[in-house]
Amino acid sequence: MQNSAIIKTENLSKTYPLGLTALKALDTVNLSVATGEFLGFIGPSGSGKTTLLNIIGCLDAPTSGSAKVLGQPVESLSHKEAARLRMNRIGFIFQTFNLLPVYTVFENVEFPLLLLGMDAERRRGHVMDALQWVGLADRADSKPAQLSGGECQRVAIARAIVKKPELVLADEPTANLDAKNSHHIMQTMVQLNKELKTTFVFATHDEKVMAYLNRKIVLADGRIVKDEAGGQKSNVRDQKP
Amino acid sequence: MIRFLLKGLLRDRSRSSFPVLIVSAGVMLTVFLHAWLNGTILNVTQSTAQFKTGYVNVMTKAYAARADQIPNDLALLGVDTLLASLKQQFPDLLWAPRIMFGGLLDIPDEKGETKEQTPVSGLGVDLFSPNSPEWTILNIRSALVRGHLPEKQGELLIADELAQRLNIQPGQKATLISSTMYGSMALENFTIAGMLRFGVGPMDRSAVIADLSDIRQALDMQNGAGEILGFFRDNLYHEERANAITAEFNAEYPSNDPENGAGKFSPIMETLRTQSGLSEVLDIMAVYMRIIIGVFVFAMSVVLWNAGLTGSLRRYGEFGLRLAVGENKGHVYRSLIVESLAVGVAGSCIGTAIGLAFSYYLQVHGIDISGAMPKENAMMIPDVVRAQIEPATFVIGFLPGILATFFGSAIAGIGMYKRQTAQLFKELET
Ligand SMILES: Nc1ncnc2c1ncn2[C@@H]1O[C@H](COP(=O)(O)OP(=O)(O)OP(=O)(O)O)[C@@H](O)[C@H]1O
Ligand SMILES: [Mg+2]
Repeated sequence: MQNSAIIKTENLSKTYPLGLTALKALDTVNLSVATGEFLGFIGPSGSGKTTLLNIIGCLDAPTSGSAKVLGQPVESLSHKEAARLRMNRIGFIFQTFNLLPVYTVFENVEFPLLLLGMDAERRRGHVMDALQWVGLADRADSKPAQLSGGECQRVAIARAIVKKPELVLADEPTANLDAKNSHHIMQTMVQLNKELKTTFVFATHDEKVMAYLNRKIVLADGRIVKDEAGGQKSNVRDQKP
Repeated sequence: MIRFLLKGLLRDRSRSSFPVLIVSAGVMLTVFLHAWLNGTILNVTQSTAQFKTGYVNVMTKAYAARADQIPNDLALLGVDTLLASLKQQFPDLLWAPRIMFGGLLDIPDEKGETKEQTPVSGLGVDLFSPNSPEWTILNIRSALVRGHLPEKQGELLIADELAQRLNIQPGQKATLISSTMYGSMALENFTIAGMLRFGVGPMDRSAVIADLSDIRQALDMQNGAGEILGFFRDNLYHEERANAITAEFNAEYPSNDPENGAGKFSPIMETLRTQSGLSEVLDIMAVYMRIIIGVFVFAMSVVLWNAGLTGSLRRYGEFGLRLAVGENKGHVYRSLIVESLAVGVAGSCIGTAIGLAFSYYLQVHGIDISGAMPKENAMMIPDVVRAQIEPATFVIGFLPGILATFFGSAIAGIGMYKRQTAQLFKELET
């Protein structure tokens, strides 16, 4: 058995060819994330946050070094193995919510379960549970076009967590939301993190998000320049009254 | 999963309605053209057989060598025996001896002087022997537009168009001027019994039809016939059977050297296809058909490929998401193909239905193409050409319909497939 590290990278580097030279998007990143953490990559634009998140999500392969995610070596996974790992154990949330416009809220959330081959009755239960969490159970039959931006992002969260993944990766989940909605969805995710012990990894430069993180990893030019623990805002708030 | 995808397909009009429309249109044209060309080939084949060559025919070798000149001096003799043996050997065909001839028809006035004279192309056919197949083959009864059918020797049927031009009425006398089998002048008096309209250009312009025995007598061809035509009873050309019959018959009359005279007058059988230039026409039509269908497949593929490309571009977000959620690339690609096949099948069904409806209308009503035909055209092309639906008409449209959607989406999908997963994923961000 492995220890409780859900993500572990060793000298992880990613370079993109750029004309005659090469661009180092990630430069010898060493990182270990424990199960149940609620952490974020922060740093200026172009610092490598998305690149790192994509490698952790098995959507991209490292140029050198290694990354173990959920016990699997990312660099040696085939397309199919990577897809299976994502399908079973990783949820994604994107900056643009990426709901499929032709499907209802219910069907959007249902999609990952269809891939898992779950039967209709259990799908229904899981989807309604997930919608309950994000407070949208009554909008199950709406189309994405009928929802506000904040509601769409909550549907996307429901879609990411409906299969109860061990790891949720969220790239700038609040970039298209106003302050109120940002806080709302962050609180939802904090709650999920506590109740389901789901590990959350964010990539963000949003101060509002940072306030909720209990660990901040600061990237600059593809390197980790700071790795600090921080109190979760909700915890702080919990203690105040 | 498939249900989920099809649900999406149905709800996304730009992915379903538009391609289905294109496929239906192409399939409809293919089906219609197929039925139309098919009908044209059938109509031309039947008219050619009916009035000219039969599905197979027997001539002397010498006659066959110059058949286009109708050389009656080289005609078959002793026809009764030959006819009887043909009937016995190949009872699945109807056998009809005929004499084709050219001549002048002379219409006298009351004093017996020539009033009108006109060239005619004559046909001597068996009208009076019991069970003569000619009534069915030539369909004389329904071709009659004025007067009455011949009831006794010496009566002549004449093309109505010709009769009107010469102002001839039923019951009037006419003299046929031609040359006998031995080259001397032939004169024979006839009574005009009735006027015919076959709806086939060359026949309607200049045909006269008389009983075979009258013509034999006029042209001094005792027990002779230019040709003995064989007809399949279903009035369809069965090429393999025709070739088999021809081979069997010709094997009994091995070819001698006609130039030396030996065997010059021995009979030879030929098929519809080997005569009358029809084989080239049929071949060309078949080639046209393939070219047209090929062009349709190509054009539709290009349009659908483009529609597929813009569609997939629009859907990169969806693909990226599906990959992120854990669907693998092959599965996404296959689902694209399945979608396109659904579109192809739906479009093909709709197109085939509409195409068949059009074709059926034209099978019943036909189109009058006589105006488009050159006046001196000698080919037996009917004035009214009809479409002809056959079993193949029901399936032919599925070929371009499904191929085009398949190629269209397969090519469009490769663009998606070739992209790196991370790249697709990035496009989510834009
Ligand atoms: N496919 C690619 N080809 C070339 N260069 C790339 C590619 N993807 C990313 N990069 C480069 O790698 C570096 C890191 O990009 P990345 O997207 O990880 O930054 P980021 O920290 O997520 O920025 P942002 O906050 O703007 O989202 C950037 O300089 C970017 O230009
Ligand atoms: Mg980024």
